[in-house]
Parts: sequence; C-alpha cells; structure tokens
Amino acid sequence: MRVLAAMSGGVDSAVAAARAVEAGHDVVGVHLALSTNPKSYRTGARGCCTLEDARDARRAADVIGIPFYVWDLAERFDRDVVQDFVAEYAAGRTPNPCLRCNEKIKFAAVLDRALALGFDAVCTGHHARLERGLLRRSVDAAKDQSYVLAVVTSEQLAHAMFPLGDSTKEEVRMEAARRGLAVADKPDSHDVCFVADGDTAGFLAERLGRAPGSVVDTEGSVVGEHEGAYAFTIGQRRGLGLGRPSPDGRPRYVLDIKPAANTVTVGPEAALDVDEIVGERPVWSGCAPPAGAIDCAVQLRAHGETFGATAWPDGDRIRLRLHRPARAVAKGQAAVLYDGDVVLGSATIAATTRSAAV
Amino acid sequence: MPYLDHAATTPMLPEAIDAMTAELGGAGNPSSLHASGRRARRAVEEAREQIAEALGARPSEVVFTSGGTEADNLAVKGIYWGRRAADPARRRILASAVEHHAVLDSVLWLAEHEGAEVEWIAVDGFGRVHPETLRAAIESDPGAVALVTVMWANNEVGTIQPIAELAATAHEYGIPFHTDAVQAVGQVPVDFAGSGVDAMTITGHKLGGPIGAGALLLAKGLDPVPVLHGGGQERDVRSGTLDSPGIVGLATAVHLAADRQSEHAEYLAGLRDDLISRLREVVPDAVLNGDAGPDPTHRLPGNAHFSFPGCEGDALLMLLDAKGVECSTGSACSAGVARPSHVLLAMGADVERARSSLRFSFGRTSTKADVDALIDVIGPAVERAKRAGVAAERGSD
Repeated sequence: MRVLAAMSGGVDSAVAAARAVEAGHDVVGVHLALSTNPKSYRTGARGCCTLEDARDARRAADVIGIPFYVWDLAERFDRDVVQDFVAEYAAGRTPNPCLRCNEKIKFAAVLDRALALGFDAVCTGHHARLERGLLRRSVDAAKDQSYVLAVVTSEQLAHAMFPLGDSTKEEVRMEAARRGLAVADKPDSHDVCFVADGDTAGFLAERLGRAPGSVVDTEGSVVGEHEGAYAFTIGQRRGLGLGRPSPDGRPRYVLDIKPAANTVTVGPEAALDVDEIVGERPVWSGCAPPAGAIDCAVQLRAHGETFGATAWPDGDRIRLRLHRPARAVAKGQAAVLYDGDVVLGSATIAATTRSAAV
Repeated sequence: MPYLDHAATTPMLPEAIDAMTAELGGAGNPSSLHASGRRARRAVEEAREQIAEALGARPSEVVFTSGGTEADNLAVKGIYWGRRAADPARRRILASAVEHHAVLDSVLWLAEHEGAEVEWIAVDGFGRVHPETLRAAIESDPGAVALVTVMWANNEVGTIQPIAELAATAHEYGIPFHTDAVQAVGQVPVDFAGSGVDAMTITGHKLGGPIGAGALLLAKGLDPVPVLHGGGQERDVRSGTLDSPGIVGLATAVHLAADRQSEHAEYLAGLRDDLISRLREVVPDAVLNGDAGPDPTHRLPGNAHFSFPGCEGDALLMLLDAKGVECSTGSACSAGVARPSHVLLAMGADVERARSSLRFSFGRTSTKADVDALIDVIGPAVERAKRAGVAAERGSD
C-alpha cells in the first residue's frame, strides 16, 4: 500500500512510520504545519506545531529513509479546530480539540488529500488498535487514545493505520532508541497544542475579552462575580473567586454555565452527579446505528473511567442512562461508547440530567 | 535521476573540485606572515584576480563572503548604514518587489530595527522593473534614498532586469545601486564595470563552484559598514579567516562560467525551449510565467516556470518526486511550508496561481533525457494534483 505517515515530530508517529515501512508499505512522511506563524506556538514547545517539531519529524523521516514533506493545514486548523474551540467555550461547553483535529484535519482534510494524491491510507502514532475495521483500545491502558479517535467514521477508518496499538509507550520508546531515532526520549506532548503556555483561560480571555457576570447558587442567589463564564468548566472547584464560604461550609463546584444569562452556577459536590446524558452528532464506527436500546460502557472524558450504560437512539441524537452516576460531566466533551475494548461510536454531550432515582 | 533544480544548486565543475581539493591539502592561513601563509595568500589573491577578470571588476573590488546571503546582507545593511551615517536623512531603501529573501528580509530587518523606510519597486507582469518606475520612486525624495537594490535575474521566473539602465537611473541622483547577480553569472553576460552597478552579489554553488563561497563586488569608493567584525580581513569590510579552498574553487568556477557563458546559454536554452513546447503539448492549460518573448536577453536560458491551474505546486512536486523527477516550487520557508510566491504575487498573479506553480531549471549536467522523464510523468501528475485540489476545496465547504 501507499501510506502517508503523519509525523508530528514526536516519538509515537516516528515509530509508527518506521513500522509501516517495515510492514512493506511504500511510506511518505508528512508533517502538518498547523500554525500560520510557527513561532507563535514555539514558546513552551509542548505541542506539535513548532519549527523544532517539524525539524524532529524531518530528521526521523531521514533516519527511517522515507521522503518527507510539510503540508500547510494552518488555515483549516485555525478555522475547524482553534475557532471551534473558542466558540465552544463561548457557548458554555468544554470542547476536546484533539477529537476535533482527528475529525476535521487528520482523517478529513489530510486523508482526502492523501487519497486524491494516490495514497491508500494515513498512518498515525495514535495508541489504539484497528482490527478488521474495528477501533479498539491500546494494550497500554494509560496511553490509550481510542477516545479521541471515536469521531472517525468507518469509511475513514478503512483508510487509517495505527501501528502502535499492540505496544506500550515504554516499548515504543525503547524501539525508537533501537532504531536510532533521536526523539526516543522526547517528552510526551500534552495540553492543548495551540495554547503554548497551557494557560487556556488566558488564551480564551485574549480572544473573547472580558465578559463580567454573576456566579449564582442553585437557588439563583448571586454569590460572586466572574470575568467571563467561558473560563469555567463543569466540576471546577478552584479559582471560583467566591469571597464568602457556602452556608454549610463545604466546597462549591461549578454545576452549570449559562452563556445567554452569562451566569456560572455553583453548588455542592453531590449536585455534580448525573446519570442521563443526551448526545448529538453520533458517529457509529463499531456497529450499525442501533435500532433500539443497547448495553455498553461509556467514557465521558479523555482518560476518564467508564460507566455501564444503556444507550438508545432518539431521532438524530442518542440518549444514555448510566447504571451509576458520573460526576462532573461537561457538555461539549464526547461520550464514547465501548463494547469491551471495541469502540462502538461516539456523540457530543449536549445535555446532562440527574434522574430522581439517583 | 532527472534533476531539474539547478537554480537551487548545481553540481560542481570537475575543474573546481580539483582546484579546491588541492587547496584543501595546503597549509596556511592567508593572513599569516610566514611562508605557509604567503602560499595561501597567493592562492587567494590569484583567485581574486581571476574573478575580477571574469566579471569585469578590479581585484580590489572583490570582497569574499560565505555566499550570496552574506553578500546581500553586507551590501544592503552595510551600504544603508554607511549612507545614513554620512547623512541621517538617507533612510529610504528602494528594492524591487521580486527580490530573493536574502535581500528582502535584510531590507525588512532594517525597516523594523534601523528606521529604514522601505519602498518596493513594482514590476510588470513579467516581473521586470522599468527604469521609469524606479525614477518615479526616487523622484518623490531623491536626497533621502540610501540605496537601490534590484536583482540581475530572478531566481523564480528567470526574468532578467535592465540592470545597466536601472543603475544609470540611480546614478543620475547619486544613489548607489546593488544587484544580486547570483542567478545571472554563467547564464548571461555579466560585466561589473560595464553595467555600472556599485555592488554585486555572486555565489559559487549556482555556477559550478562550492556551496559556502561567494563574493560581494564593491566599486571603489563605496564603503559599507561591516556586518561581521573581527580580524579585519578583506580591508576591514568582512572579517573572518579567508576560506582559501572555497575561494579557489569559486574562482575556478567563475572563470569557466564566464568563459563558457555563451555556449552554455545556448545549450540550456535548447533544453528549456524543448521542455516548454513539449510540456504545453501534454498539459495544454499550463501557464508559462515570466517573459515568454523570443528575446534571449529577457529570460535566463535555464529557467522554465509554470502555473498549473487547479493544482497545488507542493502536491505536484511530491508526485513528481515520487516518480524521481526533481524540481521546485520556487520558494520555501524554514519549516518547509510553501507560501504563495511573493514574486508571482508582485507580477499580478492571484494566490491560487501563485500556489500552483513549479520551477524547472537546467544546468551543465542536464540532458534531453531529463526533459523526456518529466514529459513522461507530468500529465498524470497534473491530473492527480487537480483531483487533490478538488478534494481540498470540497472539504473546505
């Protein structure tokens, strides 16, 4: 097969590309330039968008012995990932930009272009397994990335290749060292790659400006002020800036964000528990869209725990009833449905409620 | 391997390799006073004389540098600083809109950090600067112009500038004139004194010499402020131990390039014209950029530059590379991201056309087989790149 290996400059994608070559494929390495001004993402250097990362990727491609190019996806990335990220926060939701990037960039813009240019598949360094068209968790539970890939459709998965799913991160690093790849001990990337210093609130404030409003309790009484509701996430406890303690003296958490009213609702920890979830824009990659209720396990955030659940379709949405309550479920995150370690599908969390029975 | 990227770099001449290799084995710093130093000094000075003779300059006008970028930096910054020091009102820099980044970014740096006022001299649809355009730009405030810089021949589209006329225009106002002649030497007749320019950049690796050796030719009386400070070599204009092997290789190549220029140009033009006519047959909608006229003094003989409507240049380059055909999109930044060429944009092309272009350039080792190889694969590559372009557009809805 002709395989396009997306190479971020990190150890995973380098080893993935090397394995694709070893499997006998005709591999070309491509680094995605995601910033219109690479220097702007340079500080902190934790992401995958710096000039140094591009150079690391190029050097890895040299060592592996494959052609290497840089594709400029900066405009698409800005529009489909960065602006979406900002808009989601502005709408009171908590987006996962890695998911968005897989959905809109890696397995859409890049895959489409690769197929048109004569490639058969796109190979990435994601820690997930792809077997007979089914997406499964990595054997390395701590590094598993099936959650952020669950937005990829079956058609797209048919042209995807994840050579690392059967290995632990430690094995990948050791293999990189054995192959003479200098990125073997490069630190893992984490946080949001386009928020260079990790200061998401500052990043949002720069783009959304000050938007002062009230912090209210569950009764609607004003208990404090905020500078912008977008800076809060469901379940957040620190940095609420509430002068007075709660009447019962127990810590308060963000329960809800209402962008229209520009209020942040806070309340006790127990009020964070939800067991009913509405998901929109469902993607079914591991099974046919279910006609009725199915039992599954659901994961509600990256690296989060799973919950037993019953899921059923409701028009173009899906509904989930968790078999035990989950705490602090943020709208905008993905609910990913699993059958064992197989990804069945995903949906974006649109609403959460607590049934009386809990 | 069909290599159609000689404008990026071209293989060294065997004579230059021999001369350079011999010098690599020699001992001595050209600035040392003992016999070894004298021997190296002699090699450097003979090289200087050889270059001066080949390019119509005096030996004392040759300042060796590490290549074209350094020579451009020295000329632009050094002349600007020197002229401004003599008269603080001189802050205007007039540069053509199609300069190489070595000039472009030096000028921009002066604007950002040294108070220079940059004016880009517009070009016509072929990428050519007209003397009257330059005159009009000077006229708005002649006394404030520090320097004018216009390249001899463009590295992307191959357009040759009317350098003598432009230099004469600048001189009417007493303004020094610099030209980057990196692409020109060896392909067109280049006479430093005859052209009237005050400063001229050359480099080795575009004409059969080594990478990392170049020179700035500086007319007597023009004293740029140095960029590199140190041991005071090159009459204090450019410090740094003289690279005698590189300089000897450079001089050998410049000498041969000038000597063989007319037959070389004829050979390259033959290949180039063959490529253009055959490429147009297999890709009828390809657009030749730059001066397509019959006058051989208007375009570099080794240059063919096309836009392929509906394609992205970098996709096309990748497809050709996969087939073993090597060419260039003409411009690349350090991260390797293709930006729409400022040259094409200055010539009036839109971003799409600028992004859809490829440069094919010939050199001494080029043969008809290189053209054959390109013609064999370019048709299907263009078709495929068009489909990829359509896919990209669809995805962006």
